[in-house]
Amino acid sequence: MTATTAETQRKAPVRPLLLAKDHAVLILLAAVIVWLSIASPAFFTSDNILNILNQNAPLAIIAAAGTFVIVSGNFDLSTASIFAVASVSAAWLAVETGNPLLALAAAPVIGMALGALNGLVVASLRIHSFLATLASSMVYSALAVLITGGALITVDVDGFADFGRGSFLDVFIPVWVLAAVVAALWFLLSGTVFGRHVFATGGNAEAAELSGIKVDRVKVLVFVLSGLAAGIAAAIAVSRISSGQPQAGAGMELQAIAAIILGGTSIHGGVGAVWRSVAGVFLIALVGNGFDIMNFNPQLKDLVTGLIILAAVALAAVGRRSR
Amino acid sequence: MTERAGTAEAPDTERAPVVTARGLSKWFGGTHAVNGVSLDLLPGEVHALVGENGAGKSSLGKLIAGVYQRDEGELEVGGTGIGRWDPARAGRHGIAMIAQELALVPELTVVQNVFLGREHSRAGVLRPGTTTEFERIDAMARFGLPPHRKVRDLGIADQQKVEIMRSLARDAKVIVMDEPTSSLTAHETEKLHELIRTLRAQGRTVVYVSHFLDAVLEIADRVTIMRDGRLVRTGPAAEETKTSLIEGMLGRALAVTFPERAAPVPPGTPPVLEAEGLATAEGVVDASLTVRPGEIVGLIGLVGSGRSEIARALYGADRLTAGSVTLCGKPHARPRPWRSIAAGLAMVPEDRHGQGLVLMRSIRENISLTHSRRFATAGVISRRRERAAVGELAARLQLRPARIELETRGFSGGNQQKALIGKSLLGDPQFVILDEPTRGVDVGAKYAIYELITALAAQGIGVLLISSEHEEVMSLSHRAYLVREGRTIDEVVPAETTIDRILTVLFDTDQKAAP
Repeated sequence: MTATTAETQRKAPVRPLLLAKDHAVLILLAAVIVWLSIASPAFFTSDNILNILNQNAPLAIIAAAGTFVIVSGNFDLSTASIFAVASVSAAWLAVETGNPLLALAAAPVIGMALGALNGLVVASLRIHSFLATLASSMVYSALAVLITGGALITVDVDGFADFGRGSFLDVFIPVWVLAAVVAALWFLLSGTVFGRHVFATGGNAEAAELSGIKVDRVKVLVFVLSGLAAGIAAAIAVSRISSGQPQAGAGMELQAIAAIILGGTSIHGGVGAVWRSVAGVFLIALVGNGFDIMNFNPQLKDLVTGLIILAAVALAAVGRRSR
Repeated sequence: MTERAGTAEAPDTERAPVVTARGLSKWFGGTHAVNGVSLDLLPGEVHALVGENGAGKSSLGKLIAGVYQRDEGELEVGGTGIGRWDPARAGRHGIAMIAQELALVPELTVVQNVFLGREHSRAGVLRPGTTTEFERIDAMARFGLPPHRKVRDLGIADQQKVEIMRSLARDAKVIVMDEPTSSLTAHETEKLHELIRTLRAQGRTVVYVSHFLDAVLEIADRVTIMRDGRLVRTGPAAEETKTSLIEGMLGRALAVTFPERAAPVPPGTPPVLEAEGLATAEGVVDASLTVRPGEIVGLIGLVGSGRSEIARALYGADRLTAGSVTLCGKPHARPRPWRSIAAGLAMVPEDRHGQGLVLMRSIRENISLTHSRRFATAGVISRRRERAAVGELAARLQLRPARIELETRGFSGGNQQKALIGKSLLGDPQFVILDEPTRGVDVGAKYAIYELITALAAQGIGVLLISSEHEEVMSLSHRAYLVREGRTIDEVVPAETTIDRILTVLFDTDQKAAP
């Protein structure tokens, strides 16, 4: 038994292909960066890079937290609606109270509350999260319309725009927020007991339950995180444009899921990482940026983005089969 | 191969092999799972593949059936070389696989599963004719399965029969069976063997991958022994004995025995666990039992008697509708898994893939899953402490390969089982429920698990042992409860009785219950 162990431990042939598949999103991201840097001198400047980061901070924050939802084996289709409710609520509060800080701080709190509601519905009623959040996204969207009366709430309060438009140390505040949120979530998923529980819940819910994990609590918490992130994203966006619109963020929920999957997180749960989703967001963003810089037909942007996502998912599927 | 004159069942070695493998190799990560194996499969033979866990016998079967793609080597089927190989191509070449993890559609009926992918249809519209075809196959297999029952409502043994019928429906020439008897009762195994003989008489080849050496010797014409991914030898089963097979598998001699029973517990010792009048919606009707520290207590019952359900009730995997549990003298109200774990209970569930392990995560994460808080400060896990503890446990359990960072999926069944047991021991429990702890585990590893169980008892841990292999419960436990229809109906001391006498009791009452 032991005599032959040394033989079986012989080194396996190196599998660069497997490594490449596992890091496909980084390779693609690097390729796009190299391509754009060569194609346009305006691309690889700190101004342009910071701008891209700044513009995509809300989506990247939502995708980073959405990773938890997908890894836990769930879906959150309500992030855009939560984003809308939090946006219009913050705008309404700013107008009503004249206090920009209170208004902007309310957005994440509202996001958390709506996320908790999602989680409670999924966990206690045992409804598939796809259906539960599809329904709640409609409810929340209606809520956003009710708050504004269907109109746009323009905010003209001193200091309200500082959060979304201001800078600190020559870097936009939303970029700082993005960095902080991503670092915190990355660590939460990969380094903590809670993160383990999220992986186990998505990987095998029954085994997780029998291992003493309170699976229902994990589910509620991932939706709380997702709602919180939508609220933070809303605070950035509403401050930036100084107005609350009930249609704000429409389509973001699917963009976020697309970025998460593009990053290499498994849609079946149990496998994934926060950095992957952030890389996915910026890969899509850079392709879009490339279209602008290169003056390509913008109508083809979605087509190309869709094909890239398809290719990435197909590559991952091939990787699974050959294993 | 040597001629086997005078043996009526001997396959005709003059006939051309139906499958020829030359130098097959398969890697999984750093493990050379199959290492240059060459093999002929003859028409009309039952060819057994035996070996320890991780020896590569299942992997070899899967390479032949196209479930895995070979990394090196050549494969010939019916004399023609094969390039790309996957289950669909293998199916068209008449090779079918019945995997250990069954691949059925639970929501479809037996008939629908049997004919899945080859429904009788015209232009996509289903046509009658399936039923008569089903009856023809049913007459051959003689399983007597209810054709219109949903597969999800069948037990594992019956689901496996559906898989076998499916391969018959495809008229497979070569059927690879991976551990076909591991979830079957003795009676069901006998019926399966009858069917295999029928298949052989029809000129089909059955590749029989199994840990059960008695079964292998009974059914196989030729046996191929594997060790560490390599082929040790292929020879006529008539020339092998159980001992010669084990020695071939291990590369050394080993007696198949049980360790000495753990020291008896003084009768006055207060119990670590007491359960009174348990009932659940999942099939426990009235179960009462006590286990003392250092005592191994068995649950003996037929498949479907409610053995596992009693374990699940104690652990809180199913909710109690009646009854009470007392742990270490304290009431264990409303058991739930997390509450049980906190109170010093651990359970190794019977279905390691469905209930035990998160297959896409590493062995390290799986072993530490229940008790990851032990390695954490304020919720932040210290990988260093975790790795040290899990690594030590992996070494103690002789996990192979001892690479705890690898994905659990890539490990053999026996090593996965070791990891599962290790996972339950990490928290230093007071009381351990072992439900089928040796299912799908080979002889060498089995003995190690037996030793582990007696060692647990010697440390003063109470053990509740459930096994379909009655011999295990009889040889290891101090006391045992007889279980029938969700009730504990009697208590026996295995050392003072025989399994035959116990089974007579269990069957007798069955007959009385159903006149």
